[in-house]
Amino acid sequence: MRMYRTHIMICRGTGCSSSNSEQIAKNFEEQIKTHGLQEEIIVERTGCFGLCSLGPIVIIYPEASFYSMVKPEDVEEIVKEHLVKGRVVKRLLYAETVTEDGIKSINEVNFYKKQVRVALRNCGVINPENIDEYIAFDGYKALSKCLTELKPEEVIDIVKKSGLRGRGGGGFPTGNKWDFTAKAQGNQKYVCCNADEGDPGAFMDRSILEGDPHSVLEAMTIAGYAIGGSQGYIYIRAEYPLAVKRLTVAITQAREYGLLGKNILGTGFDFDIEIRLGAGAFVCGEETALIASIEGQRGMPRIRPPFPAVKGLFGKPTLLNNVETYANICPIINKGSEWFASMGTEKSKGTKVFALGGKINHTGLVEVPMGTTMREIIYEIGGGCPDDKAFKAVQMGGPSGGCIPAELIDTVIDYDSVTKTGAIMGSGGMVVMDEDNCMVDIARFFLDFTVEESCGKCTFCRIGIKRMNEILTRITKGQGKEGDIELLEELALNIKKNSLCGLGQTAPNPVLTTIKYFRDEYEAHIRDKKCPAKQCKNLIEYKINADKCKGCTLCSRVCPVKAISGELKKAHRIDSSICKKCGLCKETCKFAAIEIE
Amino acid sequence: MNNNKCCCAERSHYFDKFDKILAMYEGKESDLIPILQDLQEAYGYLPQDVLDELCNRTGMHPTQVMGVITFYSQFRLLPTGQNLIKLCFGTACHVKGSDKIAEALKEELKIEIGETTKDNKFTLETVACLGCCGLAPVMMIGDDVYGKLVPKDVPKILEKYR
Repeated sequence: MRMYRTHIMICRGTGCSSSNSEQIAKNFEEQIKTHGLQEEIIVERTGCFGLCSLGPIVIIYPEASFYSMVKPEDVEEIVKEHLVKGRVVKRLLYAETVTEDGIKSINEVNFYKKQVRVALRNCGVINPENIDEYIAFDGYKALSKCLTELKPEEVIDIVKKSGLRGRGGGGFPTGNKWDFTAKAQGNQKYVCCNADEGDPGAFMDRSILEGDPHSVLEAMTIAGYAIGGSQGYIYIRAEYPLAVKRLTVAITQAREYGLLGKNILGTGFDFDIEIRLGAGAFVCGEETALIASIEGQRGMPRIRPPFPAVKGLFGKPTLLNNVETYANICPIINKGSEWFASMGTEKSKGTKVFALGGKINHTGLVEVPMGTTMREIIYEIGGGCPDDKAFKAVQMGGPSGGCIPAELIDTVIDYDSVTKTGAIMGSGGMVVMDEDNCMVDIARFFLDFTVEESCGKCTFCRIGIKRMNEILTRITKGQGKEGDIELLEELALNIKKNSLCGLGQTAPNPVLTTIKYFRDEYEAHIRDKKCPAKQCKNLIEYKINADKCKGCTLCSRVCPVKAISGELKKAHRIDSSICKKCGLCKETCKFAAIEIE
Repeated sequence: MNNNKCCCAERSHYFDKFDKILAMYEGKESDLIPILQDLQEAYGYLPQDVLDELCNRTGMHPTQVMGVITFYSQFRLLPTGQNLIKLCFGTACHVKGSDKIAEALKEELKIEIGETTKDNKFTLETVACLGCCGLAPVMMIGDDVYGKLVPKDVPKILEKYR
């Protein structure tokens, strides 16, 4: 392998790519050539660095200079100043890394300081489309150790002792799952990877597959060896084209290197992996539905038992784990189960990746040890809510989860503590909400989603969620009635009790948690016909504060329905009978004269 | 072979793509979803005559094929406009005001969600999550991603595709 004096790492995850990071990479390559430095400096396209809100991100090693929000036209300056003259371009560095007496390493900034990267270890560190770089970072070492030094039952034992639990949401002990599948009778067994990341607000699986696809392939191969399977399937969302492309490249390279296919590493062990694209159905994240979908049927869940470990894909014993779970396997094999179990809390070991989104300053992916508090994640790592707004709640676990209110911000994050609040760990989506978000509206929003996504098999899920959604829609429109809250609670309990799969059993959670913690907001909507967060359109009115209005006419010009009238330099007014409450005027006003009542 | 250019010749040409795709599969039940995905990629949607041909050739029953198509949101039985707009309605986008972006798009295009403009330039759809929550609110037009949107960005962005 060639040695270079400087490595330029450019994020080519989906976030940064959408803000033109490929153009930045091309400009770097061009500029480096112009200066004749192509023998000394290499440009690497990597996976996600995690701090998506500051994208596009470029990190230059060995100094680890963290350039944020880089534009293609900035590249020339960086090359001339930093790469040629050795002077870091401070203006473009992430502000937090610049101190009075120098420059901080990225590991010292608040966003990264508390993070421990196990599943995300290679994201942003290697070029995901180059297997050699993965191998240089201990890649395929765990596989060779398993195939040459360990018996299948020893591998399972290591996974069991590590205390790793399923990262897709269920939290079932991974080692036990492997053990059940290994012990099941059958001449053919399958290893499946659930990459059907359907929770809106969670994108860690996507980032792992985009940034470090080999870690999943290697772990699946190890799983195949442990349970006695020779064929693997990765079921991935078609909405993730970049991840699919990187996986395809990785599978081809692994086959070329003899790390997939027949007689892996000359040990006589055969294992291969195929990709199956999901076709857009949230319920296919449920294991029996996912299996039905790979088999070519409608993705409807079935009764368990028999569990997939006994009777899964094509009726054969099948092991099914989530992407993030697999991403933890190789470090566990390499560093030992004690190392992994030393992190976390009593019943939740290791680390967990969270996708921070919504009303928070630093959006992106963070990986922290289990047992970290919500406060540390939201304030220390995430930097709190923007514009000094008050933090109101965090939604965890997507449509199956719930809203954890500000007063529980010191909740320790592990499977059991989160479940106690009424939310669930889920796949790790954390959507932060501030004072401007209406909790009734959030509950309605999630039911909009689950109504669409219910497969329709169980009556309570199919009809019950629809009825709940109708009640919530009525409440947000100001047509709520006394007794609505109680009716919602009754329906919720029955839906939970009478649904076959996780979708129905958990769909009422967003409603139940918001009623539990924000009952007063429901009551304000129902009794006073007011939305305290001033979000529900039917319950608010846009007004112009005559004292603040300078009569600049900007608002009347942007209003799409011509609801604003007034003379130049005189206070304007909004005709509420015409106003569609689109908010464009408020957004445009330079004097903050438009208020919501 | 004669050079008679009747409608049958055109018809067979129309099915070239179909033949090529079907040749890649054994035609077993578990191939159904990948076949449909490839057909949609090739034809832009799933035309009825192509589906009829699929049933004839694989022996799959039309109810089975339609059952699968209507279950998954990816499959479409009607063609889309030249530019497919996918507006993200995920949680992060919702709390950051994706409904206002939807209003702006509807206003600008004069269509509702799920519809295609009269000039066939745009189809407007919403999706559950595009997975770039860090950039919320987000939409995709074709393969281009637009993030951190505010309603007033919408006309400028659409202009590029007109």
